[in-house]
Amino acid sequence: MNSRRRTTITATAVVVIAMIACVILLRRIDRIRPHEISDDKLYISSPKMVRRASLGFDGLAACIYWTRTVQYFGQRHHFRQRSYNELAPLLEITTALDPHLYPAYQFGATFLAPAPPNGAGQPERAIRLMEYGIQHDPDNWKLYYDLGFVYYTELKDYKHAGEVFARGSEVSSAHPFMKVLAAQMAQHAQEFATARMLWSAAYQSTNETNIRENALEHLRALQVDEDITNLENAVTRFAEANGRIPASLWEIAAAEHLQGIPVDPDGSPYELSADGEVLVANPDDFPFITKGMPPGYNPGPPKFHTKLQ
Amino acid sequence: MNTRIYSIASNTFREAVRDRVLYNLIAFAGLLSGAAILVGQISIDIEKLVVINLGLTAVSLFGVVIAIFIGIGLVSKEIEKRTLYTVLSRPVRRWEFIVGKFFGLAGTLAVNTFCMAIGVFGALLYVAHRFAGADSLIFVALYFIVLQFLIICSLALLFSSFSSPLLSAVFAFSLYVIGSFADDLRGFATLAQGVTRWIATGTAYLVPNFSALNVISSVAHQQPISGQLILHNTLYALFYTAMALSGAVLIFDRRNLK
Repeated sequence: MNSRRRTTITATAVVVIAMIACVILLRRIDRIRPHEISDDKLYISSPKMVRRASLGFDGLAACIYWTRTVQYFGQRHHFRQRSYNELAPLLEITTALDPHLYPAYQFGATFLAPAPPNGAGQPERAIRLMEYGIQHDPDNWKLYYDLGFVYYTELKDYKHAGEVFARGSEVSSAHPFMKVLAAQMAQHAQEFATARMLWSAAYQSTNETNIRENALEHLRALQVDEDITNLENAVTRFAEANGRIPASLWEIAAAEHLQGIPVDPDGSPYELSADGEVLVANPDDFPFITKGMPPGYNPGPPKFHTKLQ
Repeated sequence: MNTRIYSIASNTFREAVRDRVLYNLIAFAGLLSGAAILVGQISIDIEKLVVINLGLTAVSLFGVVIAIFIGIGLVSKEIEKRTLYTVLSRPVRRWEFIVGKFFGLAGTLAVNTFCMAIGVFGALLYVAHRFAGADSLIFVALYFIVLQFLIICSLALLFSSFSSPLLSAVFAFSLYVIGSFADDLRGFATLAQGVTRWIATGTAYLVPNFSALNVISSVAHQQPISGQLILHNTLYALFYTAMALSGAVLIFDRRNLK
């Protein structure tokens, strides 16, 4: 074997071995410092500073920051983190760079306001973000819808929600349901039908996966809450009529002339506890339910579904 | 070390010194002493933090610039000046030439980093008046910076073995920037689907991971660095350097120098 051939074989072997070793070592390094992947990293938090630093290329900088926002949320969601500390500043920087970037406002309305682990738990900043958007784009009725949504879902402030929906309904291009929502807030705000209308609209009005999954989970949770409310009423009626709580939901099904024991959106039958409470079989599958959880239940990180069933 | 490799390495080092590469130390000293004096007057409680962050960042950036701009000229300059033919007409193999050049540049950067490290500790002593036990973590950050330089030197040599100096500089600098965002690239890969996921994952593993070697912020905040990370980063840098250097040898061995 001549010298050149020996060099070729040796160098090629080193390249291959070193490449494999690099991949193995990087995987180990990731395990040693996993937090680095999804850690909070926002070196400049002032929107004005970033705007100046973009040297006039605001649009491109906004796109970069928007992408970063989505990556930030997606990574933390993927790694089941329970806090989104940088979400608000990232969205504020993005919208300061491009005040007309509607997806950023919609994202903010959906994920800034809800309490952790479903969001950043900052409804005030979500409202400020939406008002900033409305200030710059007053003819976009969707911004009013999103703002009303925050008031309605997170703050349960039906008065302000109604006012915002009414303001939005005055925009010439506004969807007709804005008027309906404004009216609903006055009298029927706490009804399941109103909430369902809002979440269905949220689901249908976007192609953004995170927002759709979030809306879908809320729709599923609403179904569970409504079912359990109805079953609790049936249990109360049964107790009043018979002087005792039912032994099982079969007795309720017989008394109410139902086809069988009602099932949740996943097809699992609801359960009845010894003290007459109606429970959902797998509460972890319904991260936003407000009823049907066993006593002392500690919810895990949300598991989102991707398709409307 | 092979005596031929040692001769080439020591000549490369001497040439770099003659080219006044170490003059950058004057700029570095000016920057650091200026910052140390200024920061003490205009900030509260972060003097030490600024000196460590600024000092280590400057060590890293100065070194990267030197590694790239000297590394890309190591082969092309020898061809241009026709000194390469003199070297290769002697019993020196081409791979020995590449490896010697690498060690020469790595040595230059090690000396440069050592001098800068003295500057960093001097500025630290000026602002804090005494050293704390946690300041020894700066040695780890400096060590990781040297590991970064090894990778960059090998990449600069790899590119210069087949490309022009200007393009080599662009390639090396681009790879440095991409490598600094390697964690983000990996994060993007985990979120992508299908072919995009494969491409992103492959790219993320192929580019050098400089972000794992950057512990400046952690050190400035006196967060401990695990021994395992030091070991794995060392092995990673050595393997990556070996890979890039072997690539350079493979290409240079086949290059027509006529």
